[in-house]
Amino acid sequence: MYVYDEYDRTLVAERVAQFRGQVARRLSGELSEDEFRPLRLMNGLYMQLHAYMLRVAIPYGTLSSVQMRQLAMIARKYDKGYGHFTTRQNIQYNWPKLDAVPDILADLAKVEMHAHQTSGNCIRNVTADQYAGAAADEIEDARITSEVIRQWSTFHPEFSFLPRKFKIAVTGSPHDRAAIKVHDIGLRTIRNDHGEVGYEVVVGGGLGRTPIVGLTIREFLPKRHLLSYLEAILRVYNQEGRRDNLFKARIKILVQSMGGTAFTEKVEAEWRAIRKDAVDFSSEDFARIAAQFAPPRYVTSTAHSAEFEAARLADKDFEAWCRTNLAPHKQPGYAIVNISLKPIGGVPGDATAEDMELFAKIAELWSFSAIRVTHSQNLVLPYVRLSDVHAVWQALRGAGLAAPNIDLITDIISCPGLDYCNLANARSIPVAQRISERFASLDRQYDIGELKIKISGCINACGHHHVGHIGLLGVDKKGEEFYQITLGGSADENASLGTLVGPAFSYDRVVDAVETLVETYVTKRQPGEIFLDTYRRLGVAPFKEALYGSHPA
Amino acid sequence: MAQHVVTANRLGDGGVVYLSTAGGWTEWLSEADIVDSDADEARLLAIAERAVAARLVVAPYAIPVERQGASLKALSQRERIRAKGPTIHPQFCKPEAGGTGLESSACMSTTNTTAHW
Amino acid sequence: MALIQHSDFADDSWIRLDDASEAPIGAKIIVSLERWQRDRESLLGRNAPVGVLLKSNQPPALIAADIDRLSLIALEFPKFTDGRAYSYARLLRERHGFKGELRAVGNILRDQLFFMRRVGFDAFEVPDRARAQEWLKSFGDFDVVYQETGDGRRRPVRVREPEIGG
Ligand code: SF4
Repeated sequence: MYVYDEYDRTLVAERVAQFRGQVARRLSGELSEDEFRPLRLMNGLYMQLHAYMLRVAIPYGTLSSVQMRQLAMIARKYDKGYGHFTTRQNIQYNWPKLDAVPDILADLAKVEMHAHQTSGNCIRNVTADQYAGAAADEIEDARITSEVIRQWSTFHPEFSFLPRKFKIAVTGSPHDRAAIKVHDIGLRTIRNDHGEVGYEVVVGGGLGRTPIVGLTIREFLPKRHLLSYLEAILRVYNQEGRRDNLFKARIKILVQSMGGTAFTEKVEAEWRAIRKDAVDFSSEDFARIAAQFAPPRYVTSTAHSAEFEAARLADKDFEAWCRTNLAPHKQPGYAIVNISLKPIGGVPGDATAEDMELFAKIAELWSFSAIRVTHSQNLVLPYVRLSDVHAVWQALRGAGLAAPNIDLITDIISCPGLDYCNLANARSIPVAQRISERFASLDRQYDIGELKIKISGCINACGHHHVGHIGLLGVDKKGEEFYQITLGGSADENASLGTLVGPAFSYDRVVDAVETLVETYVTKRQPGEIFLDTYRRLGVAPFKEALYGSHPA
Repeated sequence: MAQHVVTANRLGDGGVVYLSTAGGWTEWLSEADIVDSDADEARLLAIAERAVAARLVVAPYAIPVERQGASLKALSQRERIRAKGPTIHPQFCKPEAGGTGLESSACMSTTNTTAHW
Repeated sequence: MALIQHSDFADDSWIRLDDASEAPIGAKIIVSLERWQRDRESLLGRNAPVGVLLKSNQPPALIAADIDRLSLIALEFPKFTDGRAYSYARLLRERHGFKGELRAVGNILRDQLFFMRRVGFDAFEVPDRARAQEWLKSFGDFDVVYQETGDGRRRPVRVREPEIGG
């Protein structure tokens, strides 16, 4: 993985010193809360319902075991012993004290981590395909592109006060595991007819109040021009994005109001005028960064492992877990292992300090010390030898961390919601827990198959509900928690936004409603169809009727 | 006017506090000073603003509450959760100080999520 | 109001002129874009330096043709969160080749001086001289930069090149 050099280290250390000074100025009264708020937000520090919350960046979801251990240490020393992995591939601590935050940042810096650009109207921590560097189907490791963007966007002096936050996602495979079409900029790595690697550039996607699937403004951008092209997009946005209305300030609104063609022309004109050599990385620059992501020293293996096959045959639980939690690896004899952070009835994305330490240890023993965080709030061990998979599973299972449910109905994405979040209308986590308990039976989960439920506690859509096969959105009705249901959303390369099915359900009734939808699918599906296929074939009508009868309330 | 109390978050740790009858800040809703006139609410908010200037708390505001027997109930779900802590972590839930003792069982656990506050 | 020029506090030799007032003879004046567009000829005929203040919704393209006639361009930050002038500053320096004083005015916080200088500002109107040393220290908040923005600073990948290649 990418290792900080002297420059990166200096920068992060200077930022810690700067923030320590700012906290001291706040505590001494030199800074008012209004003046301090933007400064603390630039360091990922929010005020939530019960306490401060510190959001720590995990650039493109990549962690080493040393970093994971430090996250555990921080959870134990400065927090209540746990952390929450988010849909932005970050980790959030829910209980830090203000005067301890500079120390937490200093402890993070020791392991080359930080909390910048996890908040504020800047270019946020870039997110990427969690299988980068390991996926059998990838064209190029998305971490290389992501690291180039990370360097360019770190404290970018021109783009630190944008109209609104700005999120960039990168996928290195044709199959989009990074939801690039619902980001401000999405980059899909492709190879053109001449065999040259570059990007399809998608702009103006996003969720929130105005969900929009992004628009491709360039079919092929040569890799070497990545940064100058990003700079052109950001410069147009920084000058022309709306600043008078918070809800219309994202780039998606600019693209919509200018029209895709006019917006694209503006970007292209700006790009032509940019002195590209001053911005773009040379192929040597790229190569130097790529070298940081060189593949681990794989043990040469055959594509099959007799041990592994035998264990699968011998142990039905192991076999079940393998079916859902493994993904194909580009290196013969290796597998990508998903660790589900969604045990039945658990808090999606939460991990205790002990869990984190176990993950670190397992990664050290069996995955070249590498760990990834996924935008579905799970973890990945990217480089596990097939013959070690059984040992990994046993270690996880011993700690109750071997939920065999990746992409199944209990693998629910949930934002923190009203249990923590200041902006929430309704709770998300306990709804996820209750759905998970309702569908706890594994046989039932397998029968239902792939089904992505995503829950947000308010219109900001941190839980990505618009792109859930079933999406739940918390709304407030006269002080009571209600949930709107959308159907048919998807965040992959065939991205689509969910359709609102009808009137909202109360906290007590929403789980029954979800079950009704699932049963409707089970009754109406054709062989081989997952929920989304059935929905796409039949449309909303049968689901609506099942929920509300022929006369919707 | 309905009954109100004034709440804020502590500057040091963000903890939820209420202006108390004793004139200071308390973590317990049950100890909050209840007012039922605009003038009294304004008086409490003025006290709270001084605490902001003194760097004790941030962003004070008034919330509607209702007395229910011996205990006090915030009218919005958001404020009920602020008063007790996250409903998903019973171990971090605040027990009710000065309440009947029954109140603390309403502090939800993951298996008892439909309990009433 | 106090002025930081380059890296130190300095006396302001410029006068901000409103749209109605007569320009004092020989004085260095800063006028609004509207006044500049209205009185361009007479302002140039005064034989004294002229500067123009652009509001955050007035992009530099509006004065691009006159860049060489202006000794100062001031860019306004109506709120510190309005970051348009960061782009304007780079365009003025790097695209239009503006060599005169580029002044940041408006709602300027100490924590932004570093960024402002990086995009090409060399003068800053700040509230007062209180805590002057701390303001000046902000220029040194970071030793390392990742972008080449025309202030001559190079980003690490390139700085490192000779070491690694050699
Ligand atoms: S979706 Fe709303 S409730 Fe959920 S975390 Fe985001 S802002 Fe908070």
